[in-house]
Amino acid sequence: MNAKLTRRRFIKGVIFVGAAASSGAGFYLASAANRPAGGVERLITLNINGRSRRVDVMPQETLAHTLRYKLGLTGTKLGCNRGECGACTVLIDDVTNYACSTLTHMVKSRQVTTVEGLRAADGTLHPVQQAFIEELSPQCGFCTPGQIMATVSLLKSNPRPSRDEARKALSGNLCRCGAYDHYLNGVMRASGQLS
Amino acid sequence: MTYKLLGKNFTPPDIEAKVTGAARYAEDFRKEGMVFARLLTSPLPAGRIISIDTSEAEAMEGVVGILSTEDLPQAAPPANPPLASEHITYIGQPILAVAAITEEIAEAAIERIRIEFERRPFVTDPLDTLVEGGANPYPNGNTLIRNAGAAAAGTTASGTDVGEIKWSRDAINAFRAGREPAGANYGEEWEIGSVADGFANCSTIVEEPFVTIGQPHHALEPRTGMAYWENGRCYFHGSLQSHTIAVAPLAGMLGIDPANLVFINEYTGGGFGGKIFPYPIMAVTGHLARKINRPVQLRITREEEFYIGSARSGMQGWMKLGLKDDGTVGAVDMIVVGDAGSGGGASGGSAAEHVSLMLQPETMRFRGVTLYTNTTPRGAQRGPGQNEMAAVLAPIFDKAIRQAGLDRMEVRHMNAPISSDTVGPHHTELTSAFMPKAIEMGAELFNWNEKKARSGQRNGNKVTGIGIGMGFHPAGASGYDGLCRIGTDGKLYMHTGVGNLGTYSYASVTRVAAETLKVDWENCEIVRGNTDRHLPYSTYQAGSNTMFTEARTNHLAALDAIRKLKEIAAAELGGVADDYDIDGARVFATADNSRGMTYGEAAQAAINMGGEYSGETYPDNLNDVTKRAVEGLAGTGLIGVVKDSRHEGMPPSMAIGFMEIELDTQTGKYEIVDYSCVADCGTIVHPMGFRQSMNGGGVWGVGMSGYERHVYDRQNGLPANVGLYQARIPSYLDVPLTNNVGAVNEPDPQSPVGTRGVGEPAQGCAAAALTSAIADALDGHLFNRAPVTPDMILNHVAQNGFNTGDLKTNTF
Repeated sequence: MNAKLTRRRFIKGVIFVGAAASSGAGFYLASAANRPAGGVERLITLNINGRSRRVDVMPQETLAHTLRYKLGLTGTKLGCNRGECGACTVLIDDVTNYACSTLTHMVKSRQVTTVEGLRAADGTLHPVQQAFIEELSPQCGFCTPGQIMATVSLLKSNPRPSRDEARKALSGNLCRCGAYDHYLNGVMRASGQLS
Repeated sequence: MTYKLLGKNFTPPDIEAKVTGAARYAEDFRKEGMVFARLLTSPLPAGRIISIDTSEAEAMEGVVGILSTEDLPQAAPPANPPLASEHITYIGQPILAVAAITEEIAEAAIERIRIEFERRPFVTDPLDTLVEGGANPYPNGNTLIRNAGAAAAGTTASGTDVGEIKWSRDAINAFRAGREPAGANYGEEWEIGSVADGFANCSTIVEEPFVTIGQPHHALEPRTGMAYWENGRCYFHGSLQSHTIAVAPLAGMLGIDPANLVFINEYTGGGFGGKIFPYPIMAVTGHLARKINRPVQLRITREEEFYIGSARSGMQGWMKLGLKDDGTVGAVDMIVVGDAGSGGGASGGSAAEHVSLMLQPETMRFRGVTLYTNTTPRGAQRGPGQNEMAAVLAPIFDKAIRQAGLDRMEVRHMNAPISSDTVGPHHTELTSAFMPKAIEMGAELFNWNEKKARSGQRNGNKVTGIGIGMGFHPAGASGYDGLCRIGTDGKLYMHTGVGNLGTYSYASVTRVAAETLKVDWENCEIVRGNTDRHLPYSTYQAGSNTMFTEARTNHLAALDAIRKLKEIAAAELGGVADDYDIDGARVFATADNSRGMTYGEAAQAAINMGGEYSGETYPDNLNDVTKRAVEGLAGTGLIGVVKDSRHEGMPPSMAIGFMEIELDTQTGKYEIVDYSCVADCGTIVHPMGFRQSMNGGGVWGVGMSGYERHVYDRQNGLPANVGLYQARIPSYLDVPLTNNVGAVNEPDPQSPVGTRGVGEPAQGCAAAALTSAIADALDGHLFNRAPVTPDMILNHVAQNGFNTGDLKTNTF
């Protein structure tokens, strides 16, 4: 028996169950399963942080991959690449999405906002960014862009959330450092409920 | 003492980049010509490789190179090799690496590599190898042997070897049944006083088994390395929680002089003990880059983090604990069988240390065995040993206290360590301890006397549980180097090689130098993150160590700079050094403060004077890393540089946690209604940073006692929970909405500013408070394990008799 193949098949099976459950597949997952390497790319226009960006995108490429590796927007982090952690959270038409589980071709006519797009033109930090600094919200910082994007989205729909509403809204964003209390303080400060 | 900077909040200089996305972690770096590496990992829990055929992969377009065991020196077991061949000891173990122009191609190439394996017997439960006739995880044994002679002769990599230890079937059966195993032998054993005599003086004695299960670190940043070579130097972008202390070991992995390694690591996406020192796959990255002469990036997946990202060791144990009439702990006898996975160490000794310090038993015995299994390698994870012990100890201690008819808080208070107490078999002295005061403060913060009356109260399906737990970790070292520089611009440049785990302690400790030199924070700059920036030899950033250890080095470096400032002023302006003082970034005559120099002018004078003043000479006892740093800085300003001396005793960091839960007997779930914790960790230097550590540790405590665990299929050796979804870590919804945090704030006399770290005990006290609260909600029922999951609770409530007595581990 070729034990190696057995294991890989087993793990792939597990992965695809997880990918299906999270309504999308990671970059490796889709590409490894559906096509050989080096497939045809397509030139499309994306609206990223208010700018039109022309980029070559493979059919099964994830938005996280496009942002990080083709547009240099490395603020969007990949913690799991399978829709579990939320580190890759971006806004698509002001709604939070996991960029690792979103195909880039699906956002061609949408407004995509990443953490790099929050600062004002004069360099002023977004109120959520400023609040997160003041509340010492991040620890290691790897999940921070995702936490910020989730907060920005929350405050657009609910400008003065309760602490409980905030934690529910951010519950799709894991923080292994356990900085939840400080992130919630940041949400409260950004919404003008802490002084 | 009143400080200008210490004890006050500040904005760490690296935080803005974290909120803007500008912070660059290892995977965010690119280099022209960079290729991507992926790992081929073992599908077997135990075996060896007979043959590998890479021809088809190598012929693929885009494949650049392959690294295998033939390219690397092979360390003998139990060393964890970067790539394995002869000794495959766990599923997911790296076997070879493929570099290609894209990760996709590398992945596809791996699919085309053919390997012929030989299978070997394997084991996932330590007791299955400890029993006579049981399979061994390595061909030559199942336990760690320390071989001092071989280490001295350099014939083993680490002075360790694999040996064999077995217990009789009767001993294993007794141990599984929760009894002391007769005739068993141990790798480690010590006794304080006579436990037989101690138990004779006790009126209450409880005897319980316990199990704690290993769990992956799961730092959110999948570990990544990017390396390239230029002119014989290796430039390595890595992800470690320490920095300069890692230089020599990483250079050793790459077979180069440490002077030829440039290690760059400004941000690290979590470590928790799993990234203290260079890990084996870093060698793969560096060697592969050298072999193919191209920049190589190797990042592992979330799934691979489970396999090779390190993990906490597990414990299967037995404890007998006795209380005297007044609640004094008269005796503790404990046995720990530690699961060290396929490599690394178990933590039984550290677990016993927790008991020894926090209960201060009059007599105590510890016996321990470290066993290997064919599971993921183990390493340090946040308070290894101490914290999981805290989690299982708390309900056992509660049971004894209840049987004695005493108050759980008061018994902890009366046994809690103070400065004159000692710890462990060598009666190690403490630098200071004020744990009774922490318990008093915590009880008041939590309102213990009112809350304990709620114990067991029912509201429909929900029942209230009140818990109390203690955490501890040794929190300090010494003997590292401090380095600072005053530039001709008058600014203070504080060089640190301590690493950036995310707690901001790297910055907090440099404020000690600024405080000592009386420089405004706005005129200070922290220099870190890249060894080419001339960083000193600093401690590892782990084990609550940074605050105590690096406050000392920064203080000493600043004192050295002050000495030189005064000597320079005397040389330039007349008189002797003692005639001068400092303030406001000036050195001036005490008798006439108009006669003085700015720091910038003094720095220029230092350059003119040369010698030790500008770093052209330096103390011989500095670490080589620091010597190179000073040589790099020579002639650029006034240099303060000192090697710290050794402190005496153990600086203990301790914390008490109080928790109220509402446990739903229909779902087995619970909500944490209140969590209050107080730390005894010396002077608080950075209040918000302190809160961060306490809160983050609290979340980790909830994870340890409620969620996180390895699960292995005993039939095939397969891990069953390799992602964040399955190996669950706490989310926002699993922890309290707010925490109450306090500190004793009594200075430690062996820290120049009185501080100790607190990261580890913050987890232990929360983990213990939760298991204590769960037991309290269920009329004192003991699960005797961590984690306690809802299915266990439901089985108990349904009287299905969830069985902890057989010490099963790594199971659902």
